[in-house]
Amino acid sequence: MTPATTVEHAGELRLEDVGLDYDGVPVVRDVSLTVPAGGVLAVLGPSGSGKSTLLRGIAGLEPLTEGRVLLDGRDLAGVPTHRRGCALMFQDGQLFAHLTVAQNVGYPLKVRRAPADEVRRRVAELLDLVGLSSYDDRLPATLSGGERQRVALARALAADPKALLLDEPLSALDATLRARLAEDLRGILSDAGTTTVLVTHEQEEAFAVADTMAVMRAGRVVQHGSVAEVWRAPVDAETALFLGYASVLTGDAAGSVLAAAGLATGGDVAVRRSALRAGGEGPLSGVVVAARSAAEQLRLLVDVTGVGRIEAVAPLGSHLGPGDVVRLAVDATRLATLAPS
Amino acid sequence: MRSRAEGARLLTLLGLAALPLVVLGVFFVLPVSGMLARGLWPDGSLDLAGVVEVFGRPRVHRVLWFTLWSAGLGTLLSVLLGLPVAHLLYRRRFPGRGALRAALLVPFVLPTVVVGVAFRRLLATGGPLGGLGLDGSAAAIVAALVFFNVAVVVRAVGSTWESLDPRPAEAAAALGASPRQVLWTVTLPALRPAVVSAASVVFLFCATAFGVVLTLGGLRYSTVETEIYLLTTNLLDLQAAAALALLQLVVVVALLLVTQRLRRTADPAREHRVGHAPQLGRRDLPAVLVSLVPLALVVVPLAGLVVGSVRVEGEWSLAAYRALTRPTAVLPATVQDALVTSLRTAVDATWMSLLLGLLVAAVVTRRSRSRAERRTRALLDGLFMLPLGVSAVMVGFGFLITLDRPPLDLRDSPLLVPIAQALVALPLVVRTLAPALGGIDDRQRQAAASLGAPPWRVALTVDLPVVWRPLLAAAGFAFAVSLGEFGATSFLVREDHPTLPVVIYRLLGRPGDLNAEMALAASVVLAATTAVVMLAVERLRVRSLGAW
Amino acid sequence: MSHPRPRRTGLLLAVAALALASCSLTAESDGPSAPATSGEAAGGPVVLVTHESFALPKKLIRAFEAATGYTHEVRANGDAGTLTNKLVLTQGSPTGDVAFGVDNTFASRALDADVFDPADVALPPGAEAYALPEGGDRLLPIDSGSVCVNIDTTWFRSHHVTPPATLADLTEPAYRDLFVTPGAPTSSPGMAFLLTTIAAEGDSWPDYWSALMANGTRITSGWSDAYFVDFTQGGGDGTRPIVLSYDSSPAFTVKNGRSTTKALLDTCFQQVEYAGVLAGAANPAGARAFLDFLLSPEVQAALPESMYVFPVRDGVELPADWARFAKRPTSPYSLDPAEVDAHRDEWLTTWQDVTTR
Repeated sequence: MTPATTVEHAGELRLEDVGLDYDGVPVVRDVSLTVPAGGVLAVLGPSGSGKSTLLRGIAGLEPLTEGRVLLDGRDLAGVPTHRRGCALMFQDGQLFAHLTVAQNVGYPLKVRRAPADEVRRRVAELLDLVGLSSYDDRLPATLSGGERQRVALARALAADPKALLLDEPLSALDATLRARLAEDLRGILSDAGTTTVLVTHEQEEAFAVADTMAVMRAGRVVQHGSVAEVWRAPVDAETALFLGYASVLTGDAAGSVLAAAGLATGGDVAVRRSALRAGGEGPLSGVVVAARSAAEQLRLLVDVTGVGRIEAVAPLGSHLGPGDVVRLAVDATRLATLAPS
Repeated sequence: MRSRAEGARLLTLLGLAALPLVVLGVFFVLPVSGMLARGLWPDGSLDLAGVVEVFGRPRVHRVLWFTLWSAGLGTLLSVLLGLPVAHLLYRRRFPGRGALRAALLVPFVLPTVVVGVAFRRLLATGGPLGGLGLDGSAAAIVAALVFFNVAVVVRAVGSTWESLDPRPAEAAAALGASPRQVLWTVTLPALRPAVVSAASVVFLFCATAFGVVLTLGGLRYSTVETEIYLLTTNLLDLQAAAALALLQLVVVVALLLVTQRLRRTADPAREHRVGHAPQLGRRDLPAVLVSLVPLALVVVPLAGLVVGSVRVEGEWSLAAYRALTRPTAVLPATVQDALVTSLRTAVDATWMSLLLGLLVAAVVTRRSRSRAERRTRALLDGLFMLPLGVSAVMVGFGFLITLDRPPLDLRDSPLLVPIAQALVALPLVVRTLAPALGGIDDRQRQAAASLGAPPWRVALTVDLPVVWRPLLAAAGFAFAVSLGEFGATSFLVREDHPTLPVVIYRLLGRPGDLNAEMALAASVVLAATTAVVMLAVERLRVRSLGAW
Repeated sequence: MSHPRPRRTGLLLAVAALALASCSLTAESDGPSAPATSGEAAGGPVVLVTHESFALPKKLIRAFEAATGYTHEVRANGDAGTLTNKLVLTQGSPTGDVAFGVDNTFASRALDADVFDPADVALPPGAEAYALPEGGDRLLPIDSGSVCVNIDTTWFRSHHVTPPATLADLTEPAYRDLFVTPGAPTSSPGMAFLLTTIAAEGDSWPDYWSALMANGTRITSGWSDAYFVDFTQGGGDGTRPIVLSYDSSPAFTVKNGRSTTKALLDTCFQQVEYAGVLAGAANPAGARAFLDFLLSPEVQAALPESMYVFPVRDGVELPADWARFAKRPTSPYSLDPAEVDAHRDEWLTTWQDVTTR
C-alpha cells in the first residue's frame, strides 16, 4: 500500500500499468499515464481502441485486471465509483429526464447533503459558468443537444470532482457547435482548475481542449506527450493519419519532399494538406489534376514530379485549373518526419 | 485477478437474490420436493416404473393435450384481445379510462366458485345466453380463461406501452409508414418483451387454472391441474400426482426456455419516456370495436353478478346485503370483518411480493459482464416463475408435511398465507417490473454513481422514477392475487378470522334463504373493493413524477 | 412549452402504504394464537382440525373455554376428502389435537393410516347407532345427514307431471332432462350419490348410470353449481326440477308455511361425520374435552342451524322448520367404509368412463 501522500500528489491522477478485460478479452493493456493537478489529458483513439473502457476503469465502473489507478496519491482499488471523486460525463449527457436543469445540476450537491441555500448559490454559479443562467426550471427534454451537454458539464463540475472524466463530450453535436463548445470547454476547465481526462476520436477536440495527449490504438498507448509534441512528431504513419495529416510519403517521394523543405532525408514524412503551396515559386513542380474552392484557399490535387499525386493549396484568386503547370513551395512546419517504417 | 472481480460481481448478484431465494426455497422448493418425494419414493425406494406407468395412461395423454391446447388458445386470445385494450387504456385519453382499467382487474379477485356460478347462470339453458349452447363446452372454459387473464396482458403490456418512446413510431410515420405498418414494424417489436412476458404468465395461469375448469367443464374436461387436485385431495394417489407434477415442471421449463429466447431484444437500452396520450379519436375505431369483445366478456358476467345479488325471489331487494352485516350461525363472519381480514392479508402479501419482486427484477435485468453471469441471471429469472406453473395443491399439501418441525415449524404461522400469495404474485410483479428496469440505460446509473451517489441513492434517482408506474401496476396485481385467494393458500390452514372468499364458499355450500344471493352480494363487495383500490392506484399513477 | 414541476405526492403515498403494511403485520400477531397459559393440566390451546363447513355459535365456544380453561383454535379448510388426506399426510405430526369432519366414506382411510388415538370418551344415548363397525373407539359419531334426490314440488304441480319417487324413476322418459347432480370426483354429495347407486344396484350400477346419462342427466362439478344454477328452486333461472341435495334441504325452501321442495326418501345415502383425538396431539386431554363438548346436548342442538346436519344424540329438540319439513329416511342406503375405501379409485374411474362416454 502506498501511503497517501496527499500534499505531494494533490489533484494528480496517475495510471500505472493499467489493464482491463471484457468478458475475458483484453481491451486495455499496459497503460501508464500521469495527469498533473489541473491538467487536461486527451486520450485520442479510433473507436474500439479501448479509450472509453479505460475511462470507465478510472471511474470504477469496470474492474481493473492489472495495474492501479491513483488519485491524490491514493490507490483507488476497492473504492466504489461514488466514493472516488471522479465525475464522469457521457457523450449524450445522461441527464435525469424527470429532474429540472437546476435539480440535475444540484444533484451531486444534494447527494452530499449540502444546505439548500448553498445548493441554490452553486447551481446559479455553475449555470452561469456554462452560459445557461435562465434555464433552472426547464426539463432536459426541452433542451437542445448543446444545452444538454452544458448542463451535464455543470452537473459534473457541481460534484466538485478531484478528476473530471469526459467521454466524447462534444461528438454528439454538430460541427459549428462543437467548435464553439470546445473553446468554451477549455475556458471552463481552466477556470475550474480540475484535473481532467477527455476521451475522444476527434483530434480537433483534443487540440482545442487538452494540454497533453495520449494516442491509443488496440488497447495500448502508442504515444504520449504535450499536444504540440505529439502533433509535431507522430510516432508512426497510422498515428499521423489519425492526427489529421493528409498523407504519409515513403521512400523517394519522402526524400523529394524533405529535400524541398530543406530537411534531412532518410525517413518517412507525414504531410498536411497545406504543407505544399502552389501559386508562387518553389523547388517542386507538377501538373494540376483537380481544383476546388474552399473557404480560405484553393484546394488542389497536383501530380508532382518525383512524388506522385498529392494535395496542395493555392491562394484564392490564383485561377488554377486542371492541366496547369505549377511550382510548389514546401512549409517545413507542416511536415512531420517519421522513423522509417 | 480477473476471476476475482468476476467472482465479486456474481457474489453481489447472489447477495441481492438471497432473500428471494430463501423465501422461494422454504415456501416453494421444499414443500414441492416433499410432495414429489412422497410420490416418487412411496416406500422409501425410488419407484420409476410406477411413474412411467402413469405417463402411459391414455387418460393422462388426453388431459395433457387438453391442458396444452386450452391454455394455448386462452393465452392467444388473451393477447389478441388484450393488445387493443391496452392501446386504448394506456395510449389514449377518454373519460372513464381509470374506471375501466380498474374494472378489468376485478375478475382476478373473484373466487372461482362465484365466477362459475356467474358464468353458468348466463350460459345455462335457462340463462340469458343459454341459446348459445356454450354451457359445459370447451369454449366456455376458454372464455373464462380469457375473462380471468385479459387483465394480465392489458396491465403488463399497457404499462410498457405507456412509457414507450413515441419518436421511433413518429419517425416511421414520417418515412411513409401507414399506422398499421408503424404498428407492425416499430411498436409491436418494441413491445415484444412485454408481450412475451405477459403471455408466458398468462399461459401458466391458464394451464394451472382448476376451479374454473372444474366448474365450467362440468367434469367433461380435465387439465393436469384438476387431475392433480383430484388425485391428491380425493384419491390420495400421490404417485400419480407426483408424476403429473413432474410433467408440469417439464412444460414450465420448456416454456421458460422458449420465452427467454423470444424476449431477447437487439436494443435493451431503449429510452423510455411518457408521451402525452392523445384523446380517443375516429382512427381508434377498429381498436375500440375489437376491445368491445373482451370488455363485454368481463362486464357481462360482472353485471350478472350484481343483478343476481339484488334479485331476491324475483324482486329487487338489498336484503342480501343487509343479511351480510348481521352475524348468524351460518355466516362465519360479517362481511365487514371478513373484508378487513382480506385486506390485511392482501396488504402483507403485496408488500412482500413487491420487495421480493424488486430484488429479483433488479437482479435479472442488470447488464451481465460474462456468459456465466448471464446464465446465472437467466436461471434465477426462470426459477421465480415456477410457483405459477406448479400445482397449488402440491404446494399447499407440501407445506403441511415439510414445514412441521423446527427450525421451519411454520405451518401455523399467520404469515404463511401472505407469503404463499406473495410467491404466486411474484412472477407477475417481476414480469411487470423487469421490462421497465431493463429499459433503463445503465449509463444513467453510472452517471449518478460518478456524481457521488451511493447505490441506494442511484436506485432512488434512476430506477425508481422509471419503475414507479410499473410498480403500482404490480402492486395492483399482487393485491388482487391475494384478495382472490389464489392457489396454494386455499389449501392452507386458517385462523378463526375468515376472509371474504371463505365466507363466499361457505354461503354457496348449502341451501338456504338468501344463501346464493348473499354469496353474490359478498362477491360484489369483494369486486367493488378491488375496483376502489385499483382506482386509487390509478390516481397515484397519474401523479407519479416524484422528485427524489 | 410547459415545464411541469415534479411532485412529492408519490413519495408521501408510498410512505403511507408502507406504514399501513407495518400496521398490518403487527395487527396479525394479536390474533387467536394469544398467550397460552403453560400447557399443563387444564389450560393452553386445543386445536381443532376440520373442514370448511365447520361452524358453531360463538357463545357455545366461549362457554367451552370458560368451563374447561382451554382456548379453542380452528384450522379449517377443504372438504371431508381434503381433510382426511391432510390428516393421513401429517400422520404423527398433526397440525392440531382433535379432528372433526372425517365421514363414513373416508373413515377407513384415516383409521388404516393410524391417524387417530383411542378417544376414551363415552358416547351419549342414541349415538351408538351411528358408530363405526371397526375403529369405533377412535372415531366418534357427531352428526349425521342424508344425501337425497330433491324435487321442486311446485314445478311438478304446475306442469302436471307426477313427481318421481325412486332411483329407477329417474331413468324414465317422463323425467328426461330434468335431473342435475354434482359429479362424484369433485363433490362429496356427488360421491354419496354414486355410493347410493352402487348400494342399490350392486354390480350393475354402471348400467344404471348409462341409463341416467341417456335420459339427459346433467353433471356439474359442485353441489352449489347444481343447486344454485340448474335447480328450479335455486334462485336463478334453473330449468331442472330434480336435484341431488340433502334430506334437510326442504327446511330451507319454506314459503308461506310450506316447503316448495321435497326429499325423495327412497334415494338417500346416509353420511355420518366423526371426530377423534389425533395421534401425536400436543394436548390430548383438551382434545377429549372437546369431543365431550361436541357430544354435549347444547352443541348437538346447535348442529342443524350451524352445519345443516342432524344430531346423533337422542332427545335433542330440532328447530321448528326442521321438525316440520326435514323428513329423514327410515332406511337409507349405506356401504361398509372399508369397501368404499378399497374400491373408491376403481369406482370413480368406471364412473368417469360411463359419464363422459
